[in-house]
Amino acid sequence: MKLRFLSVIAVAVLLAACAKKPVETAATAVSAPPPAAAPAPPRGPAPDSLEYFNTVVGNMVNFAYDKYDLDAAAQTKLRGQAAWLKQYPARTLTVEGHCDERGTREYNLGLGDRRANAVRTFLIAEGVPTARIKTISYGKERPICVSSDETCYGRNRRGTSVVQ
Amino acid sequence: MRNALKKVLLVCAVVLLAAAHAPNVYAQARIDITRGRVEPMPIAIPLFPGNTEELKQMGKDVSEVIAKDLERSGLFRPIDQKAFLQDLTSLDVQPRFADWRTLAAQALVQGSVDMQPNGQIRIAFRLWDVFGGQQMEGKGYGTDSGNWRRVAHMIADLIYSTITGESGYFDTRVVYIAESGPAINRVKRLAIMDQDGANHRYLTDGSALVLTPRFSPSGPEITYLSYFRNVPRVYMFNIDTGRQEVLGDFPGLQYAPRFSPDGNAVAFAASLNGNSDVYTMDLRSRKMVRLTDNPAIDTSPSFSPKGDQITFASDRGGAQQIYVMNADGSNQQRISFGAGKARYGTPVWSPRGDLIAFTRYGTDGNFYIGVMKPDGSGERTLAQGFLVEGPTWSPNGRVLMYDAQAPNGGKVRLFSIDLSGYNQREILTPQDASDPAWSPLSP
Repeated sequence: MKLRFLSVIAVAVLLAACAKKPVETAATAVSAPPPAAAPAPPRGPAPDSLEYFNTVVGNMVNFAYDKYDLDAAAQTKLRGQAAWLKQYPARTLTVEGHCDERGTREYNLGLGDRRANAVRTFLIAEGVPTARIKTISYGKERPICVSSDETCYGRNRRGTSVVQ
Repeated sequence: MRNALKKVLLVCAVVLLAAAHAPNVYAQARIDITRGRVEPMPIAIPLFPGNTEELKQMGKDVSEVIAKDLERSGLFRPIDQKAFLQDLTSLDVQPRFADWRTLAAQALVQGSVDMQPNGQIRIAFRLWDVFGGQQMEGKGYGTDSGNWRRVAHMIADLIYSTITGESGYFDTRVVYIAESGPAINRVKRLAIMDQDGANHRYLTDGSALVLTPRFSPSGPEITYLSYFRNVPRVYMFNIDTGRQEVLGDFPGLQYAPRFSPDGNAVAFAASLNGNSDVYTMDLRSRKMVRLTDNPAIDTSPSFSPKGDQITFASDRGGAQQIYVMNADGSNQQRISFGAGKARYGTPVWSPRGDLIAFTRYGTDGNFYIGVMKPDGSGERTLAQGFLVEGPTWSPNGRVLMYDAQAPNGGKVRLFSIDLSGYNQREILTPQDASDPAWSPLSP
């Protein structure tokens, strides 16, 4: 857990370093190869790929029951997401808000909406332009895990950043 | 089409015999459904005779539908036809009440199915008070033969209302969400059926996620939430024409729609920037009015039957609770105060106005369906389960339908339960089912 946390920071630092390169060139070079200087891992997805965002940066943050505030782990991950999004300014994002099943359908739609907007607000504060981030709430309609236990509920209470 | 049928029925409905006797003459064949659990009234429903094979079959089907409606209400116990001592071969045969009394029948339904010269059929019945030997009600319906089932429900409604003094709920439909596929990628379709499960059909194809349908009180329309093109919006759906229309295309989430009692407006929740509030929209002017302005999640609005108040759910107090306000948004008052960490959602105002049904959870891991008075007093629990939610009222305010989900992504099914807390019944559907919404009595 701690290791993963550190590696996320490492990635974020690397990305932040990358982001200092002129942004103007990146805007016109969505499919351009990554900068040669980037010390990419020996194997694995290219840093500008969706796979990289989803697996290395991490596209998901989790929430406590009936809450929508972002804890330290979530904030760290979202800083990584913001850095990546600033690096690849042609990318847009839809943040999905999800809930566990322990609530009514309608309340969970509202709660999922709050979670998605909590993520969006954080990313905007980190410098991602407002126009690039949309939100959608799925309430409890799209679980990723179906066991009726807390482990599963915790995974389902999530904000998922879907990059286009 | 239903309006046309209504006209036909109105023109042709004739009271066979005026109930010339004072109501207290047949005082025995009465059910007081306000008393909680009641012993079901024994009722004899012989086959409705017809003079051709086709009409005989229809007569058998009609009497069966009537018997099943009355039986499911929990208030009647149809007597086994094999025990009958008298064969009522036509509507004009006088019942031998002594024979029916030996079966302990308190009420007797005598009927007939005939072909008329104009090609229409005529279904008629008389309701007898067996002990008083008096006719309580009688009526005939001329219609196309394809409408026999609906006529049977109308007869069941008239029997129910004559004996209980309350309006019936059998000539009604239920719109709900049919579910299929794995829980992590559920396919949800809008579906509709008669309240007894007959005439089932799907209204959408499952390509878009659909949720929370609700009937219009005044026409063949449904309002519901659809993720068509992956944008959650409130839609209107005309059942007769199949026409769909978005309520309004504004940014953010719109959800939890419900019609006003006159059918001219929809109350719903909308969130512009992650803050959900309650709004209404006039369906003719499309004018939108914001009723709540609170940083909490305000959702699930439901009008009182007079239209002067709205109940809704809000977590402004920390956890979700039920509130009542005037229809203009003034005087917002919390009415639910459960013990511990109880959360209350999906408040739905009874069509009678006397109660608000709700979903409660958050205390012991179970979910509950309950009712309370609009001032928050008199809270009662009617049903419980691992995950029960989303009550909807029968149009007479005597029965609630809701959905129940089993743990671990298990089956989702519909149930009904009487306001008394008794007579819980599963409503059979071809697939898993959730979000039921009861129609008003058909016009």
